Amino acid sequence: MVFDSSAFFETLFSSTFIVPALTTLGITFVAMALAIILGFGGALAALSRHRALRWLAQGYLGFFRGVPVLVQIVFWYNALPVLTDNAINLPALIAGTIALGLNEGAYMTEIIRSGLISVDPGQREAARALGMTKAKAMRRIVMPQALKVIIPPTGNQFIAMLKTTSLLFAIAVPEIFSTGTNIYSQNFKYFEVLFVVSIWYLALTALLTALQKMIERRFAARPRRNTAILAQEHG
Amino acid sequence: MALVEIKNVHKRFGDLEVLKGVSLNVEAGEVVVLLGASGSGKTTLLRCINHLETIHDGEIKVAGELVGYTRDKDGKLREEKDAVTSAKRARIGMVFQRFNLFAHLTALENVTEAPVQVLRVPPAEARKRALDLLASVGLKDKADHYPHELSGGQQQRVAIARALAMEPRLMLFDEPTSALDPELVGEVLETMRRLAASGMTMIVVTHEMSFARDVADRVVMMADGQVIEEGPPAQLFSAPSHPRTKAFLARIL
Repeated sequence: MVFDSSAFFETLFSSTFIVPALTTLGITFVAMALAIILGFGGALAALSRHRALRWLAQGYLGFFRGVPVLVQIVFWYNALPVLTDNAINLPALIAGTIALGLNEGAYMTEIIRSGLISVDPGQREAARALGMTKAKAMRRIVMPQALKVIIPPTGNQFIAMLKTTSLLFAIAVPEIFSTGTNIYSQNFKYFEVLFVVSIWYLALTALLTALQKMIERRFAARPRRNTAILAQEHG
Repeated sequence: MALVEIKNVHKRFGDLEVLKGVSLNVEAGEVVVLLGASGSGKTTLLRCINHLETIHDGEIKVAGELVGYTRDKDGKLREEKDAVTSAKRARIGMVFQRFNLFAHLTALENVTEAPVQVLRVPPAEARKRALDLLASVGLKDKADHYPHELSGGQQQRVAIARALAMEPRLMLFDEPTSALDPELVGEVLETMRRLAASGMTMIVVTHEMSFARDVADRVVMMADGQVIEEGPPAQLFSAPSHPRTKAFLARIL
């Protein structure tokens, strides 16, 4: 095998991948935002005392975890317009982002649910006994404690999502991988182009990893106690 | 009118009936100790008073108001809105066996949280009052400690301060010393004694007989989901009339 270094460096330093990289990041953030919102809804439904809501959450989870995400992507882009007589005909970017977000929402449901049940029920009970409404007890007492459990795996999912966006090449979304496929289908430099594609993904995951570390530090660290103020009040 | 009026309350967990028509009045300023073997329904009764548990029949009024229910035109009880029940609960303090201090907040923040969030007390004022309350339970120097940095007895005293910060008209104690190491029981009981002396209305589930004897105005004996005997502690301890009370006291004293 001959490594065509000039093709490699030309591809690496071309501006071709900048917009696709931003597209990939954009899809990742929007899909994860959707997934986190769905995950909160799903987790609350899964823990609800209403059986119908629990079934709904179970159905959502079972379906979206059970069907391959590639199938879901093609469904949203190709099958939905046919199914609705073109009433719903989403652009590839939007169809793909919805598909990824809905699928990921099932995983986020489980992550958030496990965070919520990790908090001792006595915490919620004490909040309720002090006159907090259910919503306030959740927001002020349960959620801040659950977040410590929820944040690390969510960071993981973020990075997984970044890579999963490459599946959107199947519906021709101009993200990093599909941009690469367009290039190697013309110059047949498969290895050189895939190498560059990999470098872009590595760079972006490194970025997200750094972001994750930053957020985890903020949430894991207990705030330092302000001894100066207290000393002053004691004095 | 009694501060707490409990009339013929029934409560089931599944098929198990844990309260079988309990009636009990507690006057303002009174300290009532609920006694009974485990499974007698005393903790459940306590938890029904602030509607942490639903009831299936009968009614419970605090300061003349139903807690957790409204009565519609044909006299049936209906669950009331969460916000309405929550507002009523805000004036009923509760102290738990396992303390349940908010783990992500300091002692001081535990005490200020509900006054600021529920009663909308300005934070600076809540903070000042919280420090006074922590001082009154002997823990002002622990204000900036997290619950896991405190002993059980200290945690429970913070929990009492937290409940008192809401200026409750009634305090419910659910076995407040049962989870404590023996050497830490005294400091919590002492805090409760001082609270009782200040005139607070208290309903206390406990196995601490010395507390019942010295502090209670009335002792209520429960067995199998019913009140079987009640009276001043001196009378109930020296001359119990019900055979099950006698058996219980013989076991515990």
